[in-house]
Amino acid sequence: MISFVIRRLIGALLVLIAVSFITYLIFVKIPGGDPAFRIAGRTATAQNIEDIRQKLKLDAPFYEQYWAMMKSLFSGSLVSYSSQLNVVDQIKAGIPATFSLCIGAAIIWLFFGILVGIISAVTAGRWSDRVITVMALIGISLPVFWLGLMARYLFAQGHPFAFMPDGGYVPFTSNPWGWFTHLLMPWWVLAILFIGFYGRVLRSNILDTINEDYVRTAKAKGLPYKRVMVKHVLRNSLIPIVTLFGLDFAAVIGGSAILTETVFDLKGVGWYAAQAVQDLDLPPIMGVTIYATFFIVLFSVVVDLMYAWLDPRIRPT
Amino acid sequence: MATESTTDFTLDTAAALAAAEDEGAIEGKSPWYLAWRRLRRNYVALAFLFVFVAIVVLCLCAPLYAHHVAHTGPNTGHLGETFTRDGQQVPIVSKGGFQNGQFHAGGIPVGPQLWHAGGKYVLGADNQGRDVAVRLLYGGLNSLAIGIGSAVICTFFAMVFALLAGYYGGKTDWIISRFFDLIWAFPVLLLAIALGTALSINGFHHFGINIKSGSLWIPTLVISYVLIPYIGRPLRGQILSLREKEFIEAANSQGASSLRVMFSELLPNIASSILVFFTLIIANNILTEAGLSFLGAGVQPPSPSWGTMIADGQDRIATAPWLAIIPGIMIVLTVLSLNVFGDGLRDALDPRAKVRMEH
Repeated sequence: MISFVIRRLIGALLVLIAVSFITYLIFVKIPGGDPAFRIAGRTATAQNIEDIRQKLKLDAPFYEQYWAMMKSLFSGSLVSYSSQLNVVDQIKAGIPATFSLCIGAAIIWLFFGILVGIISAVTAGRWSDRVITVMALIGISLPVFWLGLMARYLFAQGHPFAFMPDGGYVPFTSNPWGWFTHLLMPWWVLAILFIGFYGRVLRSNILDTINEDYVRTAKAKGLPYKRVMVKHVLRNSLIPIVTLFGLDFAAVIGGSAILTETVFDLKGVGWYAAQAVQDLDLPPIMGVTIYATFFIVLFSVVVDLMYAWLDPRIRPT
Repeated sequence: MATESTTDFTLDTAAALAAAEDEGAIEGKSPWYLAWRRLRRNYVALAFLFVFVAIVVLCLCAPLYAHHVAHTGPNTGHLGETFTRDGQQVPIVSKGGFQNGQFHAGGIPVGPQLWHAGGKYVLGADNQGRDVAVRLLYGGLNSLAIGIGSAVICTFFAMVFALLAGYYGGKTDWIISRFFDLIWAFPVLLLAIALGTALSINGFHHFGINIKSGSLWIPTLVISYVLIPYIGRPLRGQILSLREKEFIEAANSQGASSLRVMFSELLPNIASSILVFFTLIIANNILTEAGLSFLGAGVQPPSPSWGTMIADGQDRIATAPWLAIIPGIMIVLTVLSLNVFGDGLRDALDPRAKVRMEH
């Protein structure tokens, strides 16, 4: 187990180095034109451009450029030249909103996904089957930002209802009830896409497991139906869901959350990145890209280690 | 079971038995024919294929519609102009002020006219007086071109990388797999935003390739790049297991060149997976393009795309809801039809396949 942990950590470290180098390439090397000019943004002065050239050592060889960029990103001294705000401070300010959104949505989609999966597996072949298939297909076909916009239009802006607050984020510490009501719509919009998908995966897992020999043995020795379903079938069917959940949760924090936050005006990390895209302001996007990717790489290490701890068979790989 | 009733089952009796069962000549049927036969019976999948084809044809007719029905271009604004509806002059974008003693906010475009204005503003106008129906068709053309174009590029490179990695193994496999891992490590949308934004400022000018900053090639290439591992990884896995099969050994021992093994032995065996992935990735790419354009990192204004149209309509949802609702419905219809057809195609090509598209 210890050698597995060490190997996994070394692998993650190499990925982090490579990822940071690719980020450098994306912002400095790959696009055409002068990087200093690009990073300075629309409202740049000649002094800004000169500062950036000095700070990121853009006249030096590429390894010094790379090193200078990483230093400015991780020492927390990176500044957006359009808004004059420190990038790392802004990212830190957005973290509570982003995590509130993602964790709440994850709880909803996991709970209802498992519920829907169990119901449709138990009633396989009946109407619920068709409903879940249709739900899953519509779920993966809806653009999340459009769904959010429609939810706001229907439930918050008075066409026909206006019982939900229309966007914005209220910190939990200042008003827990306001925090909850403001997040309710975003949670469901983000979660609904996953509920059908998880339900479908769990349903096929359960139907596969029901035909296993050990389930037949359990039934044959006279265990009650409920006990067989919960202890033997459900427990084993949930293992792939755990892996899937780890990957999806990371993907939501790093990606889908950007669109949901933008639509609902939740001032999180994704909203910050989206604002920077509108202003063509590169330093915030640089910061968000590298911090979100680092978070995801480290998160996937944690998921792998937990998985290996739960299921010893996968350790050697 | 007919075979269990007869005691001596030999090659000679087998043919007779099969003939007795079929009561006719035994015809060889190719797997593609069998798949087509299964697909033909799947009416839901075929109906959705029809929906998708209809959308593509409609969008291809965009220039015809613009010239002969709407008489305006996708980017032509008509601020301060009027049009005739049932013999009355109606401003395309309302002027604010007091009318009959009531205050009206200005800048509100006319809503969907259907056929009351003789083909003009069938789906309403936007805040600059542009015809939404014309923009919807041209925008669809852009969205479909990016979706299909990036699917072609992405599938092609994923296929080539997977063939090289799976066939050669060893160092080649290691390098290609690490390349996949690296793209995979980034969150898809964030990587696309970073690339899309960085490239949309000055464009791309390397290796003799010059792409200007507003070009549709930028979102197309960005999307195909970020999604390569999502197809490449499963294909590589399939080839790794195929490589150990006897028919590859047979081809190798006959002295077939590596190119021949890759393209005429391995490729036909993964062709059905490629086809299914291709269908599903178009749907995925259209969604990614919409998200990117919505944020401003995809198709650049004034070029229309379904994503940019929703972004335009976002702030006016209270006064002009059709601006955001209509392009959204088009995205859902297109993506849903591709997803349903892709599912049907997978079931037809290999009923036991476990090809799954992550969203």
